[in-house]
Amino acid sequence: MGAPAGAEAVITAEGVAMRFGARTVFRDVSFSVRRGEVFVILGGSGCGKSTLLKLLIGLHPPSAGRIAVLGAEWGDLGGAARRALLRRIGVMWQSGALLGSLTLAENVMLPIEAHTTLPEEARRLIALSKLGLVGLGDAADRLPAEISGGMMKRAGIARAMALDPEILFLDEPSAGLDPITSAGLDALILSLARQTGTTFVVVTHELQSILAIGDRCIMLDKEAQGLIAEGDPKALRESATHPVVRAFFRREAPAEAGAAGG
Amino acid sequence: MSAAPFRVETTEGKPRLSFAGPLRTEQAAALWQAAHRARPRGDALLLDAGEVTELDSAGAALLVSLAGDGVEWIEPRAEAARAALARFRQGLGAPRPPAPRNGFRPVSAVGGAVLGTLAAWREKLAFLGETTLAGLRLIPRPWALRWAEVQRHLDEAGTRAVPLCVLLGTLIGVILAFQSSIPMRRFGAEIFIPQLVGISLTRELGPLLGAVILAGRTGSAYAAELGTMRVNEEVDALRIMGLDPVAWLVLPRIVAAMLVMPVIALVMSFTGLIGMAIVMATLGFPPPAVTAQLVQWMDLEDLAGGLGKAAAFGLAIGYIGCRAGLSAGNGPRAVGDAATAAVVGGIIALVVLDGIFAVLFFRLGW
Ligand SMILES: Nc1ncnc2c1ncn2[C@@H]1O[C@H](COP(=O)(O)OP(=O)(O)O)[C@@H](O)[C@H]1O
Ligand SMILES: [Mg+2]
Repeated sequence: MGAPAGAEAVITAEGVAMRFGARTVFRDVSFSVRRGEVFVILGGSGCGKSTLLKLLIGLHPPSAGRIAVLGAEWGDLGGAARRALLRRIGVMWQSGALLGSLTLAENVMLPIEAHTTLPEEARRLIALSKLGLVGLGDAADRLPAEISGGMMKRAGIARAMALDPEILFLDEPSAGLDPITSAGLDALILSLARQTGTTFVVVTHELQSILAIGDRCIMLDKEAQGLIAEGDPKALRESATHPVVRAFFRREAPAEAGAAGG
Repeated sequence: MSAAPFRVETTEGKPRLSFAGPLRTEQAAALWQAAHRARPRGDALLLDAGEVTELDSAGAALLVSLAGDGVEWIEPRAEAARAALARFRQGLGAPRPPAPRNGFRPVSAVGGAVLGTLAAWREKLAFLGETTLAGLRLIPRPWALRWAEVQRHLDEAGTRAVPLCVLLGTLIGVILAFQSSIPMRRFGAEIFIPQLVGISLTRELGPLLGAVILAGRTGSAYAAELGTMRVNEEVDALRIMGLDPVAWLVLPRIVAAMLVMPVIALVMSFTGLIGMAIVMATLGFPPPAVTAQLVQWMDLEDLAGGLGKAAAFGLAIGYIGCRAGLSAGNGPRAVGDAATAAVVGGIIALVVLDGIFAVLFFRLGW
């Protein structure tokens, strides 16, 4: 299952660090994401998962280190090249980040309008299909203010998928969703990854969904200010030695895990 | 792009529309109009996508939009393309938004508008009642008001508004004195300028301009603050915790606006008089002459009337700002709308109130 081990790397990060003022969020983070795999970023809240995601999509430059996405470094790209690269990725924000003055369908149509010359009819058809895939087909003409938080998340995913991106970045997609919708989302992610070769970079806490969809994962830690684990989630569950990693995968409190391990 | 990306032909007496090669966003965007024009009318059509090698959402959208209901398909033979098409259809197969009910129905439209207006008025009246009751309940036990909150708003609405009031007040005093000095000089009546400017400032312009400042600075801030709290469900949370949002949020703000407004009016009038005195000095009237004039022609009633009016203005602006905030809709745009409504509503209320006071004072012979 998953991507072939020899597949090309679509994202490489080498020695990446991020500081806000004097505060270091993480440093010396290195990993690579292969084409077609579902790559999961784990870690407690506030450890810098969203920050890492923002670095990967070129929103901020890292304080140190290099990040290459689809063969290019964000810092080297001029306006047109940057736009071309942005068209090949999709992002779902942690809060959904829908524009409040537009309906859900219009929100999904927005990136299509920005990057293609497709006529309105085509844009709406695509938007309806994407919204249907995340279970929001009948809410297409509602405004974000009229729907629940979980629905906003799903609409955010639909918007991220609008341009059939090569890499989809999802920041906590299943937080706030009911288990059934969440499982449906996992199935959708798997089918997109396996059938279209879409690469996924997913920040999530849901152990079930990590084990179900994750080909590989990295785990960030606030105390360590960097990576504390990297590898196949199933293997980590069996054989992780770091107490925090063990605790996470076995759903134990870290203190107990430490006691059991020592 | 490759030549002839789609073909129209007739096989076995049936028109056939076939696509070949990659059908991705670029091709779909380029072909969309042409393909729709070339599509034979009716459902007797064979849509042949068998030779399509690559398909994305835009390509699938083109194929789906070309097919009506009962059209016969040949699915792409390439597996990835077939899967993309299947997924696109799956998305569209999910429940769709209900079609908008169009068609103008005059009776129900008029009825709906009337009912909507009535409901809005009912709500306004209910809020007025709630606020009045909460305010009356406060009279026997004034310590129940959150005075710390009142203090914060006094600071924000009052202390921080002083520089602007000083600036505007002085300017108005200077302008009034200077402008009136031009016609007055013709009659050698410059000595009456202090009386003219003093009365217009204390009775009218001080309270009115001060209230406009309050509406712009504070009324809008009340609306934005309460509107954001409403949008964040903080107001509902208060209610659930058994706290009355009116007593908790609205009264301290209104009381602060009422207390601060006379002070603002006083600052405006006083600095206006100073501005006027400066102009008078340049015209050759020393300050003692100006004060003598003011003392002779003005009495405390002018000032008291102006300050009473100012307090009423403060009440109206605070009330309207809070109401606009608490009745805000959902989402960030609602907060902006509420702030606008507070300023516009506040200024309209000022004009109306000032008119009422003018009639009242005239009847009372003040
Ligand atoms: N723009 C910013 N300025 C300062 N600190 C920030 C900024 N963005 C994030 N941080 C800090 O970085 C840390 C990681 O945040 P974040 O990446 O959002 O965590 P999470 O792992 O929960 O997504 C937090 O402690 C946060 O306070
Ligand atoms: Mg986060």
